[in-house]
Amino acid sequence: MAITGEVFITAGLILGLFVVWQLFYTDVQSGRTQAAVLDSLSFPEQAGVAASAGVAAGSDVGAPDVVKVIPEALKVYSPQGAPVMPEQAEATTFGALYVPRWGFDYVKPISEGTDRRRVLDPLGIGRYSGTAMPGEVGNFALAGHRTTYGKPFTDIQTLEVGDPLVVQTDAAWYVYRVTEYHIVDPTYMAAIAPTPDFPGVAPTVASITLTTCHPRYSAKQRYIVHGELEYWAPAGQGYPSEIVEGA
Amino acid sequence: MYAWIWRRLPGPWWMRAITSALAIVVVVLVLFEWVFPEVSALLPFQEQTVTNG
Repeated sequence: MAITGEVFITAGLILGLFVVWQLFYTDVQSGRTQAAVLDSLSFPEQAGVAASAGVAAGSDVGAPDVVKVIPEALKVYSPQGAPVMPEQAEATTFGALYVPRWGFDYVKPISEGTDRRRVLDPLGIGRYSGTAMPGEVGNFALAGHRTTYGKPFTDIQTLEVGDPLVVQTDAAWYVYRVTEYHIVDPTYMAAIAPTPDFPGVAPTVASITLTTCHPRYSAKQRYIVHGELEYWAPAGQGYPSEIVEGA
Repeated sequence: MYAWIWRRLPGPWWMRAITSALAIVVVVLVLFEWVFPEVSALLPFQEQTVTNG
């Protein structure tokens, strides 16, 4: 009898530990991994630099730091000629996502694939393999956790139509604008179709789609945000003004 | 079970206490780093992708 009681107590403790791990420790673990991955990226403008520089540019304390903003002449308001990188190996981090609505310091790595154990849990945002690459005509579709594991899409419900979603790669900046959002069933594959919501229709624009779970702490539905490419610009010429505070 | 482990540990009470504390740390570490991540990926509470399944 004593043994049975101890086994139950042990099981209870392990379940309790699991909840603590899931709700708190995964954020610590994944946050650390994702920060390290961002640091290891060597984009022409270092991921994360704009954030701190942006704060300095917006404040009137101390010497004004000048953040170079991409000149209008270099912006291309069409997916025409946009550098499109080839699909990367699974779990390779190939880009970074900036969402000013979630703070000018919001920058998260984008990696290949949507396998939870290999990509979404440790690395954060994952790209649905087979969908378009950044800047490509079609649908650049991304998934991310709403809660736990660094929760990259935790504030997805705050995105409004017109909000910029900025993607950075080795070759270019891609500035998308949110066009619509909706809540769907988990089997709604049309969300990541080349023409979002219209499977089978040939794409004519470069779209972006974010998918995450809904409601929070549940897997009952999916929260979907669609956007369209507004412009792209080559890397190494400054930051898009959208992600620079006060620009 | 725990009483049995306690009796089997060598040394005076404070050494057993230290050994037990270390054992607990190791168990928690193994659970946090290897067991829980695998188990969690199998549970359906955290899905964020759209799938056919």
